[in-house]
Amino acid sequence: MRFEVAPAPHARALVGVPLVMRRVLYALVPAALCYIWFFGYGLLINFAVATAAALLTEATVLRLRGRGTRHALRDGSAFVTAALLAFALPPLVPAWIPALGSVVAIMLAKQLYGGLGKNLFNPAMVGYVFLLVSFPVEMTQWIPPRMGDIDYQHLSAVANLNYAFTGRLPAALDIDTLTRATPLDLVKEGLRSARTFDELRAGSLFGDFGGRGWEWVANLIAVGGLYLLYTGTIRWQIPVALLAGLLVPATGFYLVDASRYAAPGFHLFSGASMLAAFFIATDPVSAAATNRGRLIYGAGIGLLTYMIRTWGGYPDGVAFAVLLMNGAVPLIDRYTRPRIFGQS
Amino acid sequence: MVDYVFERHLSGGIHIPANKDTSTAQPIRRGFIPAKLVLPLRQHRGSPAEAIVQVGDRVLRGELIARAGPPPSAAVHASTSGWVRAIEDRLVLAGDGVQPSQCIVIETDGRDEREPPPAPWPAERAAQLERIRSAGLVGLGGAVFPTAEKLATPVPCKTLIVNGAECEPYISCDDMLMRERAADVVAGALLLTDLLAAPLCIIAIERDKQRAEEAIEEAAKAVNDPRLKLAEVPTIYPAGGERQLVELLTGDEVPGGHYPSEIGYVCQNVGTAFALLKLVRDGEPLLSRIVTVTGAGIREPQNVEALLGTPIAELVELCGGYNEGVLRLIAGGSMMGCALPDDEVPIGKASNCIIAATEAEVRIDPTEWPCIRCGDCAVVCPPRLLPQELLVAAHTADFQALNLFGLQDCIECGCCDVACPSHISLTERFRQAKRSLAMHDRQLKLADESEQRFERRERRIEEQRGRSASLIDRLKGEATDPDAREAAIRAAVERATQRRDRSADPE
Repeated sequence: MRFEVAPAPHARALVGVPLVMRRVLYALVPAALCYIWFFGYGLLINFAVATAAALLTEATVLRLRGRGTRHALRDGSAFVTAALLAFALPPLVPAWIPALGSVVAIMLAKQLYGGLGKNLFNPAMVGYVFLLVSFPVEMTQWIPPRMGDIDYQHLSAVANLNYAFTGRLPAALDIDTLTRATPLDLVKEGLRSARTFDELRAGSLFGDFGGRGWEWVANLIAVGGLYLLYTGTIRWQIPVALLAGLLVPATGFYLVDASRYAAPGFHLFSGASMLAAFFIATDPVSAAATNRGRLIYGAGIGLLTYMIRTWGGYPDGVAFAVLLMNGAVPLIDRYTRPRIFGQS
Repeated sequence: MVDYVFERHLSGGIHIPANKDTSTAQPIRRGFIPAKLVLPLRQHRGSPAEAIVQVGDRVLRGELIARAGPPPSAAVHASTSGWVRAIEDRLVLAGDGVQPSQCIVIETDGRDEREPPPAPWPAERAAQLERIRSAGLVGLGGAVFPTAEKLATPVPCKTLIVNGAECEPYISCDDMLMRERAADVVAGALLLTDLLAAPLCIIAIERDKQRAEEAIEEAAKAVNDPRLKLAEVPTIYPAGGERQLVELLTGDEVPGGHYPSEIGYVCQNVGTAFALLKLVRDGEPLLSRIVTVTGAGIREPQNVEALLGTPIAELVELCGGYNEGVLRLIAGGSMMGCALPDDEVPIGKASNCIIAATEAEVRIDPTEWPCIRCGDCAVVCPPRLLPQELLVAAHTADFQALNLFGLQDCIECGCCDVACPSHISLTERFRQAKRSLAMHDRQLKLADESEQRFERRERRIEEQRGRSASLIDRLKGEATDPDAREAAIRAAVERATQRRDRSADPE
């Protein structure tokens, strides 16, 4: 009898890229539901638009590059990029915002570098930063959470959709009455104008640690992160180092002057800290690939985030911190190579 | 009372389904004599043995039919009685793959007649090693390194590790041997300890082999030798690799390109210990080994004590034949085994396991995604390499980077392949890269040699030129100085006269 010949090992792989990407998406589901409850359907609309734009861009560029599209579109990475972008955007934005963000993320940050696995920078963060610096008005229209404000206005899915695609809001509403500064924004401006952190925290937009609503989303993002850790999709080094890199300076400065610096808990549960720790910084392609390197990389993002939030020009610094550390990855990897077995 | 040695650290490794239960459900099948034996003269790296029989000869069980070549090499014996029917090239499994080798083909007569027993076991160590060499004893764990050579250690042996870890999926021959012949294995281990004059012998067994461990513990208690200790090693692949086992039990790391024996450790498989006992006690050379015949493609998976040279097809027949849907026939375990083109290949000393794998058991999905740098490969890599970096270096044929990233330290265990979510055939790429690196090094060496040759030639020409120049100078001097000219003419006339005299007088 004759048999097929193939090289060892003769075993099936434990996981595949599509499964890894699917797990990341599953892990975001609880946080997404919470986000929708607090902030309306904007997240879903942004995700849908971003996904469509991402897949379309990916297919187009792959065609132009003369590559097959079916296989690459099935890997699920475009969905993850779109999901992270949707989480980063304000919920109430014109639809061209997520679309443009996706195009930039996939075309500039991913495909121009050679596609999946080749990109130096996190595509979602490139898309987000591009939007943030190019369209500051649209990108700062945050709406308050449900229960956050007395004059909170709930927008139906239809109204949300209508605004995204036509820019029209229901009668008697305009965008200025709907939007509010984010807690990070309030704290930054408030501390600048010499108000104390405790004073600011008494406001109705604040919850126990971070912003009202925001902190629950952050909680559920952390739960999703634990699921990723449990399934071995991500490893502990980056989340732990990132949160430590954020918490250590935050605690230090808070202990020195509790009125002029935000509490460490506030940093942890506000903005994109959790999302960065478990979902953004852990993007394997753009992160450090050695264990020691991951600790340095994560800690660097945490530290830079704190610095940008505290002394920089933007209320949140996660995206910039991630991109800066992305650029440092080749160097980090170069100097953190593990000692080979048996060598000194 | 038997002491246990505690495990230390193990780098990398991976938990994968063991797939051993089906083959350990029944006892080892013994006494099978196939209709035909195919005994290869080349069974491992090193030089082949030289046949000393002719077609038509009758041979007896245990009779030497091929002498060991220059070391490293091992002799070949007839595994049972019969007639030599052919000496010809056949496909065999040798060293690192399937290749043609000269084979002695024996038609068996089923009578299993023995050679008269040899002289009793010698007392002197050199003679003992010689006897081991001529008995064709090699490591039965799969690497088939000649045992006599392994026992002649460069430094005194601190610890003998008897390897019963058997971490690779599917293989259960060592497990079954330890269950059924524990006392013999322990006795063999102590023989090895004596031969090495080792102060310590650790029998290492993987944690999931409870029954084997109990049996060995029982046997060890019975002999009550203070040199003997046991160790439970974690159920993780490749804990049973030689370097990994040394690391696990001693904490020492054997550098790539070196043998554990250079730092005082010797690893021997439990099967080897058993074979040595049979040689010492019964005077029987290496004629058979236990083979696990398993996989979803085998009707009755089990362990068989197979005569060396048994064609795999006959062995499969003995185990009920094939099931439907056999895709691949693998010699060895599923992680490092070699896929065979057909089942006429004979069982050799390295054949610890034959797997008839169906589609569900092997990877057939050819879809490969790009590397996403997740680093899962680095986590499971036992020599702590960065396979993702090696992959890039292999892709760009960056030989400097390949050396820097430790390509030569890759043990080809296959862990990275299984861990890789992009389903990249990393191990195969690294095998190829090793070949290109060897070729590159060879070319560099050739270039270096021709450069040296060229330089030598240049020097030679230069010297010659110098010599001719000085001759011309001398002649020129003679041409201008009348005295010297006179003398030169006289000398020339003298030479001519002598020549004439010599030719005139033939004596």
